[in-house]
This record gives sequence, structure tokens and C-alpha cells, in this order.
Amino acid sequence: MLKIENIDQEDHVILQLSGEIDASNSVDLDAAIQDILEKGTKRILVDGSQLEYISSAGLGVFMSYLEEFQEKDIQIVIFGLLEKVHQVFVILGLDKLITIKSTEQDALEAML
Amino acid sequence: MNDLKLYCDTHQLANLRDFLSNTLQGTGLNEIEIHQLILAVEEVCANMIIHSHSCDPETYINLKTQISDEEIIFEITDMGKGFNILEYQEPEIAEVVKTKRKGGLGIMLVKKIMDKIEFESNGLKNTCRLIKDLKSK
Repeated sequence: MLKIENIDQEDHVILQLSGEIDASNSVDLDAAIQDILEKGTKRILVDGSQLEYISSAGLGVFMSYLEEFQEKDIQIVIFGLLEKVHQVFVILGLDKLITIKSTEQDALEAML
Repeated sequence: MNDLKLYCDTHQLANLRDFLSNTLQGTGLNEIEIHQLILAVEEVCANMIIHSHSCDPETYINLKTQISDEEIIFEITDMGKGFNILEYQEPEIAEVVKTKRKGGLGIMLVKKIMDKIEFESNGLKNTCRLIKDLKSK
């Protein structure tokens, strides 16, 4: 089960992911990011505090947007990851390509 | 020994995770280690479901787990054109980003998480074994 919510804030959007992302639903994550891009948002905070699982299908979605984020000057920070999920990013070295913070506060500060 | 017949539909992957989670309880592995093993096995199965079986839910793959004091062996078998994980050249992360390809990361995860990977095929039946050593525990 995966639940995705886009919560619009004053100067950023929170992409809240709850549940599990695998090959059956990674297209939903892709669509959610596409929606955010179409709105022209420049700051994306990914709330991963309720994300229980992410397989390469979901990680690949994030990776596939990194260049576009850079080209369009869009900042993205992931926060709140459970340690078991965080470790998956670390195994692949993705924590060096995408900013990951512990709390929402840290994530917001990382964007300043 | 625990067996699972997994039909080739990506929506079955959640069942695979439940099966593995139950199977790996009591192995003495911690939550993070169990999570990684589940992920690695799922990556291989997802690959086979999507690439070898074109998500045809009429077909299935078999998973057997053998747990001993020394190691855990996940044996995944299927019929048809096999996917030889050992021959697959995974891309560099930089290439994944640059070409915006959404695949390639899965096999990289499997190779980093597992201690040994074996693949054999007799042209009809393919067997992939993922082995995790427990001896260092």
C-alpha cells in the first residue's frame, strides 16, 4: 500500500509518502513528482517519515529527475526516513546525490 | 524450509515481502538486515516478473528459503528465458542519473547486499541462488 499526498505550503510543497513503494506503484510516485513540476514549484520537501519500504523502482524515479531538478533550479530534500529505509539510500550512495535530513526543520534549513 | 509460489504480477510483491518477513523472523538478524534481505530477494523476483515473464500472471516463479546456522539461501527458480544476474552489467549511478533510466539500481542492490550469487540454467529451468553468510555473527 502506498499513499501519496502533495501538501502545498507557502514557499514549498511537501510530498508525503506513506507505506511501501515497489515496482507495482512506482508510477504513482512518478506522476506525483510530475504534478509538482507542472505547478512550477521550486522547493520540494519529501516527508519520508511514514515510508516503510522503497525498492529500486522507487529510487529510480527520484534518480531520473535529478538532472531536471538541477536544470530547473529545483531544490529537493528528503527528511524523516526510517533507518532501515535510509540505509538503502546509503548502500547505493544515493545519499550523496540527494540531500537527506533527519527532521522537517533540518530539511527547511538545508534549503535556505 | 519454506516455499512460495509467486505469480508474475508486480502486485504480488507485497505478498513476497510478507512471506520473507515471516520466514526471517527468529534468524537473529536485526530489522535493518532483514529489510535488506527482503529488498534483495524482491529485486531479483521483480526483475524476473517484469523482464523474463512480461508480467504474465498466468506464469509463476518459485522461491525456496533454507536457513542454517551458517547461511541463508534463497533459491529462485523459473521456466523459460532466464535472467542471468551474473552476466548483467549494472550501470554506474552517474549513468543512471544522466540517461534517466529507471532501472539498473536493483541488481546493484542485490550484489551489495548478498554475499554470494549463483545462476544456472539448463535451457528450460533457471535457478538463481542468493546466499547470505551468517558466520560473521
